[in-house]
Amino acid sequence: MKQSITLDRVTKFVGLGFLTTVKDLFTGKLGKEDFKGILRKVVVPLASVLLFLGLWHLGAKSLYNTEAEFKIEKALTDQGPAAADAMRECIASGDVSCQPNTLPSPAQVWESFQSLLRDHNIIAADKEAFIEKTAALNEKRIAEGKDPITYTGRPSFVDQIFRSLKTVFAGFLLALVIAVPLGIFIGLSPTLKSSFNWFIQIFKPVSPVVWYLLVFMIVKTVLIDSNEDSSFTISFISVGLCSMWATLVNTAMGVSSVDKDYINVAKVLKLGPFQKIFKVVLPSSLPLIFTGLKITLSVAWMVLIAIELLAQSPGLGLFVWEEFQNGANDSNAKIIVAMFVIGIIGFLLDRLMLTIQNTVSFDKTDAI
Amino acid sequence: MSTLTANKTGNFTDNGLFPASDVMLDLKNIKKVYPTPKGDYTVLENLNLQIKKEEFVTIIGHSGCGKTTMLSMIAGLNEISGGNISVLGKHIKGPGPDRGVIFQAPSLMPWMTSLQNVLLGVNQVFPDATKAQRNDIAKYYLQKVGLEDAFHKRASELSQGMQQRVGIARAFAIKPKVLLLDEPFGMLDSLTRGELQDILIEIWNKEKITAVMITHDVDEAIFLADRVVMMTSGPRAKIGDVLEIDFERPRTRKAVLEHDDYYKYRKHLIDFLEH
Repeated sequence: MKQSITLDRVTKFVGLGFLTTVKDLFTGKLGKEDFKGILRKVVVPLASVLLFLGLWHLGAKSLYNTEAEFKIEKALTDQGPAAADAMRECIASGDVSCQPNTLPSPAQVWESFQSLLRDHNIIAADKEAFIEKTAALNEKRIAEGKDPITYTGRPSFVDQIFRSLKTVFAGFLLALVIAVPLGIFIGLSPTLKSSFNWFIQIFKPVSPVVWYLLVFMIVKTVLIDSNEDSSFTISFISVGLCSMWATLVNTAMGVSSVDKDYINVAKVLKLGPFQKIFKVVLPSSLPLIFTGLKITLSVAWMVLIAIELLAQSPGLGLFVWEEFQNGANDSNAKIIVAMFVIGIIGFLLDRLMLTIQNTVSFDKTDAI
Repeated sequence: MSTLTANKTGNFTDNGLFPASDVMLDLKNIKKVYPTPKGDYTVLENLNLQIKKEEFVTIIGHSGCGKTTMLSMIAGLNEISGGNISVLGKHIKGPGPDRGVIFQAPSLMPWMTSLQNVLLGVNQVFPDATKAQRNDIAKYYLQKVGLEDAFHKRASELSQGMQQRVGIARAFAIKPKVLLLDEPFGMLDSLTRGELQDILIEIWNKEKITAVMITHDVDEAIFLADRVVMMTSGPRAKIGDVLEIDFERPRTRKAVLEHDDYYKYRKHLIDFLEH
């Protein structure tokens, strides 16, 4: 009993409260009076997922048919009835070479997802074997002062997810390090606020693509002597610059709108500036700062895809772009897989921030 | 009721002022003007008030007459438009811990425990004391307000009444020369208010810190005060009348309520407020 209470708390705390209802459903703990709760929290969402999949399936099928008919029609007008018949047969047989290229069905996407995982397992095994094989040699090379040989094979889908996460966290940290202190200064001083306001208003709406180009211009020159691949540096800086504005604005707002009573207390007690900031201003603006950081992280994740694509930096964005360029039979399905992975990771990141916010913030009601 | 007989002597000098050595807080010709789009609005004008050492003064007046403005000017949180305020003969310049304030809202930092809230002030005022000594001071005053079981509770977990108790402990713990109270019990229900009045007066009896308290409550004003200062309605509010309360200290609520003079005082205050 005690354990289930803690589980309840944990799931509610991270904003996944519906999990408890699902668990209660399976352990048979729910009475009849909870039926409405189950209906609302489990049955309805489940039904909406099924409805979504159904509509997707039907839509994909209809698009498939349109595309197939167009192909047959085209073969008929271009090459005559024989070619059209051949095309119809080819499509019906499921041959890869003549499949209509359109929105994949849920089943195809699921199949691609599994094939991506299989692919990952193969690559991971390959990598492990490589590391094992070169271990002795690398030790010798390091002893001789040479660089060790690293695995340079193709990254798997899972590797790219982690690479994207790395980029997004580096960008997020950069945004945090710039925006929070700057926001505090701007919030504390009306002079700084008015002198920075134009800067914020002008740069806030700039598109990720333009940020990328700007960062590219600068980093390219700064790292002109370096042989290293700068794509990671460029992409995480761009992500950070794109996403920091929400934190900057929220921090400044939080700091400048600290309850006047608290400020009066600080004045009466004659707290020094350092103490005033760390004991009064910062704790009281934490809820707003975290709201900003949450937006920053979700924006960072959103723009990351576009920036990776431009920067040719390995990750989900590049994966999507390469699959699109690739045009293989299952490319479209893989793109949809990436879409879902991106969405789910974005959702989990949001929950992660919410959990951290609930842990550090005094005001539990503010966390939304 | 012989225990409550008046024994005050009118200690005025010829010009109606107290001898300088008796005065803790001196307000001379105070003026406060707020600029508005329609021209200046004068809240207070020609306000003169002297408060003696170890005196408890309550201030009563209609809402919006400028009581809070006056108190925050004494605290140094509001600029003085004219005249001057001095504590022990020295003009005040801005806020400082020599004038402790108990605000209307408890104004505790909700993310700190009650002990940390009190320590915030204590650390500031006694920087040379050891950590243990400062802890002892904070704990002593929290015990005095009846919060010995809530040292480590966060302020956000405390009830409004308990928060205001911490506010009282915080104000006394910094050992100010003057204690300024801005309707500290205005937001509480009447039962809690009575409790907190008792706690306040009990600590005050021990510490005898000169106190200026704003209140809307006539009974509270009489129960706590040595003198009740009545302010005229604004604009250009000033001191309208001063009533000496000659009840002996320490007082009990029961003795005060049963005293023959109580209704005389009460009538005096209500007559002033209704005209």
